[in-house]
Amino acid sequence: MPTTKERQTTTTANNARREEYVVPEVNIFETKDGYVLEAEMPGVNKQGLEITLEGNEITIVGHRDNDSIPGELLFRERRLADYRRVFELDPAIETSKISAKTDQGVLTLTLPKSEKVKPRKIRVDD
Amino acid sequence: MNYLTRWQGHEVANWPVFGRLNSLRDELDRLFEPPFEALTRSSQLLSGWTPALDVYEDKDNVTVKAEVPGMKREEIEVSLHDGALTISGERKNENKHEGAEVYRSERFVGRFQRTVSLPSPIASDKVKAQYKDGILTITLPKTEEAKPRQIDVSVS
Repeated sequence: MPTTKERQTTTTANNARREEYVVPEVNIFETKDGYVLEAEMPGVNKQGLEITLEGNEITIVGHRDNDSIPGELLFRERRLADYRRVFELDPAIETSKISAKTDQGVLTLTLPKSEKVKPRKIRVDD
Repeated sequence: MNYLTRWQGHEVANWPVFGRLNSLRDELDRLFEPPFEALTRSSQLLSGWTPALDVYEDKDNVTVKAEVPGMKREEIEVSLHDGALTISGERKNENKHEGAEVYRSERFVGRFQRTVSLPSPIASDKVKAQYKDGILTITLPKTEEAKPRQIDVSVS
């Protein structure tokens, strides 16, 4: 079952109140032990991350560490809004064991499956 | 005993159907992705990975900030040639999760190269580059001749 069905976030009242967010690009893998989610959030460090779990939904918010603007802007491509994306979790995930780390603007979430749903070989006794 | 065997057979036969339903759902998810996102992604598909960058200028420096998350410092190359700055690099496909099933693969893998022409002559020996939180910041000091200078008018 894919974990990580994404919830449509654009219509929530919460979102309408706040300014627009940037949707981070993600990779999601499933291994036999669980899921790994990598999200690209350049400009976000450990202090700027806000990860909340509510029911079976995980919300990732990244506040950019906007340092001083070095002079007059000549050319812009970067969007300076915060990041936000919501995922629905596979019920097999042991939510108390979710862990997160960040390195050079990439957040890695490790979402282990609970022991009882991991595939297991059953030995046949004689 | 006979009953149990037949029941198991039925259950096994059902599995592939579940698999197909799941991939159908993935297809549907993809269909309903926000159109803007899909647009930027497909345009990047044509041109490869083009990291977003900003250029700033003040009286002493030209500053370039580029978003290149998840790289190693040594994989990024910065060069200055004929008044143009080139940033390039390559993100390798690390097979960290070998044998894993991939549900989403939106992050770019491969080479990128961006060139920006600089608005002012640069003291190339004083250029500094810093890589932090996935953002590459290049500070390019202007040559003394290019800096605005105040000339004192002496009153005689």
